[in-house]
Parts: sequence; C-alpha cells; structure tokens
Amino acid sequence: MTLLYSIFVDPFVQMAGAPDLLVQTLWEGLVGGVLYALIALGFVLIFKASGVFNFAQGIMMVFAALTLVGLHEKGVPAFVALGLTIVVMFLLAVAVERVILRPLVNQPDIILFMATFGLTYVLIGLGELVFGGNPKNMITSELLLPSGSLDFKVLGGLVSLQKIDIAAAIIASLMVAVLAVFFQKTRIGRALRAVADDHQAALSVGISLDQIWVIVWFTAGLVALATGIMWGARSNVSFALEIVALKALPVLILGGLTSVPGAIVGGLIIGIGEKLGEFYWGPLIGGGVESWLAYFIALAVLLVRPQGLFGEKIIERI
Amino acid sequence: MSVASGAPAGDSGETLLSIEHVSLSFGGVRAIRDVSFDIRRGEIRAIIGPNGAGKTSMLNVINGFYHPQAGRITYKGATRRRMRPHQAAAQGIARTFQNVALFKGMTTLDNILAGRTLRMRKSFFWQLWRYGPALTEEIEHRKYCEEIIDFLEIERIRKEPVGRLPYGLQKRVELGRALAMQPELLLLDEPMAGMNLEEKEDMSRFILDVNAEFGTTIALIEHDIGVVMDLSDRIVVLDYGNKIADDRPDEVRRDQAVIDAYLGVVH
Repeated sequence: MTLLYSIFVDPFVQMAGAPDLLVQTLWEGLVGGVLYALIALGFVLIFKASGVFNFAQGIMMVFAALTLVGLHEKGVPAFVALGLTIVVMFLLAVAVERVILRPLVNQPDIILFMATFGLTYVLIGLGELVFGGNPKNMITSELLLPSGSLDFKVLGGLVSLQKIDIAAAIIASLMVAVLAVFFQKTRIGRALRAVADDHQAALSVGISLDQIWVIVWFTAGLVALATGIMWGARSNVSFALEIVALKALPVLILGGLTSVPGAIVGGLIIGIGEKLGEFYWGPLIGGGVESWLAYFIALAVLLVRPQGLFGEKIIERI
Repeated sequence: MSVASGAPAGDSGETLLSIEHVSLSFGGVRAIRDVSFDIRRGEIRAIIGPNGAGKTSMLNVINGFYHPQAGRITYKGATRRRMRPHQAAAQGIARTFQNVALFKGMTTLDNILAGRTLRMRKSFFWQLWRYGPALTEEIEHRKYCEEIIDFLEIERIRKEPVGRLPYGLQKRVELGRALAMQPELLLLDEPMAGMNLEEKEDMSRFILDVNAEFGTTIALIEHDIGVVMDLSDRIVVLDYGNKIADDRPDEVRRDQAVIDAYLGVVH
C-alpha cells in the first residue's frame, strides 16, 4: 500500500506542492528532448533517403564538434573554423557517397549498416590523429553563444534557465523548421522521398542517386555539427559524447524511423519523460533512472504500436 | 504546354536509337549475344521472346541500368559510352517496369509530379518560399500532370496513395509518370502483364493514343502476341539472347524460327 502510494500519489503531490520545481524539471527535460530530437533527425534523414541505419551518426556529431574546436585551437578564428568545419562535413558526405554508398548500391541493408560501423572507426581514428584524444572545451563564447543563466520568479519559486539552453532550443527549432520545409516543399524534397521509396524508379525519372545521397549526408552532417556544438557546450567535446547518440535509439523507436515529426515528438517525450522520472520516481529505487528509462518508455510504445508513433504503416497488397 | 501536341505519329524513317552488336553477360550467363536493331522516330517497336530471352536486359541496356560489355548504342545521333540512368532520363528516355516500380507511399499526383523532376528548373531557394517564379513553375507542372491524369482517366484516384491501388491502375499511374517526363523514347516493360481483357484494351488504347497524339516513340515488351501484332509497327524477336527475327508483324507471324522458339520443336 505504501509502495502504491509512493508510486501513484506521492510524486504528484510533490509536483503540486512545488510547482516551480516542476517547471524547472520540465524545462530541463524539454532542452534535453530538443537535443535528442536533433540527433534522431540525423538518423531519420539518412534512413529515409538511403534505407541505411547510420551507426556513425553519433560519431559524426563528435567529429564535427572536434573539428570545430580543434581548428580553433590551431589558431583559426572561430567563425572561419565554423565555415571550414561545414566544408569538412561536405567533403565527408562526398567521400561517403563515393567510397561507401556507390560501390555498395543494391547490397542488402545489413551490409550498408556494417559499412557505417567501419565509418565510425575511421572517424574516431581520424579525429584522434588530427586533433588528439583529450577532451576539449566547446568555444561557446567565441561563437557568440550566451552563457550564464536567467532567473525567473515562477509560481512563488525561482526557476533558473541556462542561456545556452535557451539558445539551443531556439537553434534546434529553427533547424527543424527549415528542414521540414526543405523536404516537404522543394524539388529536392520530392526527389528524396522518391529515392526513399524506390531506387530504380527514382533513377528512371532522372533523379541522380549520387547527388541525393551527398545532399542527405551533408544535411545530416550539418545537423551533427549543430548537435555537437550544443552538447559540447553542456559537457565538453570528447568521444564519450557518442553515448548521448545512443539515446537517439529509443527516440527513433518511439517516433518511427521514417518520420521527421516523429523524431521531434519522440525526442521531447524521452527528454521530458526521463527528467520527470529521475526527479520524482528515481528516489524510490535509489536513483540512476535516467540512464535506462528512455529504453523502457520506447519498449512500452513498441508493445502498442510496432511501427512507432509516427512510422509509416507498411502497405502490402497480397 | 498542351498534352495533345506533337509531331504526327507513324514511322518517319529517321533512326532514333540504334543498337549495334551489343553483348551483355553476368558472370558466365550471356544474357544478350551480339544483337543489333534500330528504333525509328515515331514508331511502336515491340521486343518479344520467350521468358529469359533477354528482353528486359535489353531495355535495361537502353536506359543505362546495365552497361553492355560489347557493342555500340547510338541515340539521337550520339554514340555513348557508359550512360547512367539519370542521364538517359535527361535525354528523353522514360520507362515503366515489369513489376511496377512506383513510389508506393506517395499519391498518384505526387508520383506523376515526380516525373517532372528534371523539368523543374527554379532553384530550391525559390521553392522554399513558394513564391515568384517557383510558384508559377509549380502551377505549370501541376497543370501538365492534371492533363495527363485526365488523359489516362485516373481522376478518381488522384489523391490515393498508390500502394493501395489495384495492379491495373498502378500500371496506368506508372505510365502517367513516364509521360510526365515528356519522353522522346518510351520503354514499356510488359505494360499489360496481369491485366484482364478490358484493362488490356484500355492500355492498348492509351499506348496508341500516346504514340499518335504526343508523337512519342515507343519500345515495348509484351507477351500477349495478339496485342503485340495489333499495336506495333515492327517486331524484334529474341531467343536465348540471340536475335532470331526482326520484321513487320505479318512476316514475324509466318517466320519459322519464331514459331519454333515459341511453340518448341522436336529436333
């Protein structure tokens, strides 16, 4: 009885009792969720266009952030370094298309999946070789990102918002909006959906697979760079950051692998869910809930909707 | 930009595509052996033959999916080395597939619009805002696609995801997508496979109309000999990758080698 009370009643009493804490927790969950959504977006973009689950997405994020910081350390001004990093991500997209995708076209998905494993280790090796393996600090202020915090009086308490988190939420929302319009409304967007649906048919109407793949991988690279900057600013830039990319997996399962809105909503659900869970239910079992709650939520969703919340229901005529 | 404009149909005598001594093999399997034939502008050219004769391989060679190991292909007067499929499409070669290759999650209209990809010229910056030249362009393309939809009598299914449509209609949508490219050469791989008599008659009518009204040159593969004889101006017959006949329908019908290949003979 006490157990049931402490699971189903007590947390809500706490929420009602200290609404400022609830707001704070929700905010932190929201920011985390937005960043998870960004990572998941990178996966979704590539999966939609090439049917490849890109295991290297997390490393691309670290690699992008590392290139940015590394170049700055070598004396390149911050915004020049940002530009150069974007160029590097473009070259990476071209290289991936030439070296991995083109020779492996029409191979089973699992082969391409394994190839992205290979890409992961190439990127780790390359990053360490060029910029060294030590954790670095993100060049937040040099990129004119705000630091410090804003305090608000809310519901009789004090809620403190990190400025960098606010910036992250705004930048992420902008990116998502631009990408959504880009893929829904433009010729390239239509071509991308066509490629995702049927390679052969796409070729026959004159869509160049090579071009689409470069565009998609480049876009995923840009998303990785933005994510890398934001996550890097919250902790620091090292290959351990890849761990947060694993959090994108439950987000993807939740949202469906093929849906951009799914990635966003999934990210928010996971982000907010794990913060609330950690703060209000965590103490019941001694904390540490945050590291696995996301997977638990995803599993629960899978039981009800195997295609995820927004995944395409597969239409098959028999 | 009207659908029903174009050169008068019929055999013009001008060669649009010529295939010379083409051979294609996959490892030890020789799919096409030293085959030559040509396609003249404005005609309906049929490629027939028993299963495994190399018909589909031949279409794949023409639109650049396969690259033959030997031989020459001359299209619109230019001999090409290795042409990639999207380049073939850019030069006016459109095709449909034996097993219907549509974008199943998209609607009929979107599928046909996808056929206009190469004709959309405005940069995506304009398209992003759906404004100015891009908007005018989009409206033009939509109009053209609606005319095709009208022509193929598929207004009812404009907004249906094509994955849900019956097979016969999917074939028609696929034809529509190919037509949206305003092709000079249209390759049809078994356009009537799996259709009932009525659907076959409809499809035959569309093929003849496309040829007559748009002046499109058509190369088609078909198993229904009756349909082939009625539709086509000239017929190539393949058997085990070899060309065994190349003539007008009446002559092909009487050709002993063709009868042998189709009916089998006791040697």
